[in-house]
Amino acid sequence: MSTLSPEEIQSSLAEIRPRLLGFARLQLRSAAAAEDAVQDALLAAMEGAARFSGASSFQTWVFSILKNKIIDELRRSSRTQTDVDAEVALDEAVSDLFDERDHWSEMPAAWGDPQASLEQKRFWEVMDVCLTNLPASPARVFMMREFLGLETAEICKELTISTSNCWVLLHRARIGLRECLGLRWFGELAK
Amino acid sequence: MISCKHATELMSQGLDRQLSLGERLRLRLHLFICIGCRNTLKHFRFLREAIRKHPWQG
Repeated sequence: MSTLSPEEIQSSLAEIRPRLLGFARLQLRSAAAAEDAVQDALLAAMEGAARFSGASSFQTWVFSILKNKIIDELRRSSRTQTDVDAEVALDEAVSDLFDERDHWSEMPAAWGDPQASLEQKRFWEVMDVCLTNLPASPARVFMMREFLGLETAEICKELTISTSNCWVLLHRARIGLRECLGLRWFGELAK
Repeated sequence: MISCKHATELMSQGLDRQLSLGERLRLRLHLFICIGCRNTLKHFRFLREAIRKHPWQG
């Protein structure tokens, strides 16, 4: 079985670069940090490319390198990048959803056929706006859990936060995203 | 009976860890009578599925 030629490696990397960048930008929330992570991943990929014979397994591998670079960067940024005001605002927004007995102030409505949304380009634009609107800490934990597929124990370790804090942040992220998609896409009425 | 807020916390954690038998029973009882939380559970599950199918995913 022959391995990938230099030309094949190059065209394969050029083909997935936009997706790598989009993926990194969404999670790192910084175009510069995303460029750096993708650059690092591409360099590492070129060094190891000789082991691959197929473009698709090569691309999967490049993606996994990028995921590790993103985890490194999220760990680094978690030490400096916090957004206390936005976190307080989200806390309050979540509290406001419930009354004094912690029951819904307004019941979340059914979303009809959400599966159909997955096929629509506009849905993903709204999803990305909602993800970007989350404060940095819940967003980081949510990204690590849902995009990067880490278990909560790993996330706690990477970010040196407690397990219960991890669950609180995931809960807020999910509630925040649910509200945002409900209002901006699924047409739940604003109160 | 647990509150809606607590029910949403359990539903969220149920996506990240195995809930205890007691937690599962309390949650099930709550869901049985609360349409708002039943909808929310569907929305949480949909969120996970949507992210797995995000166009940027490798």
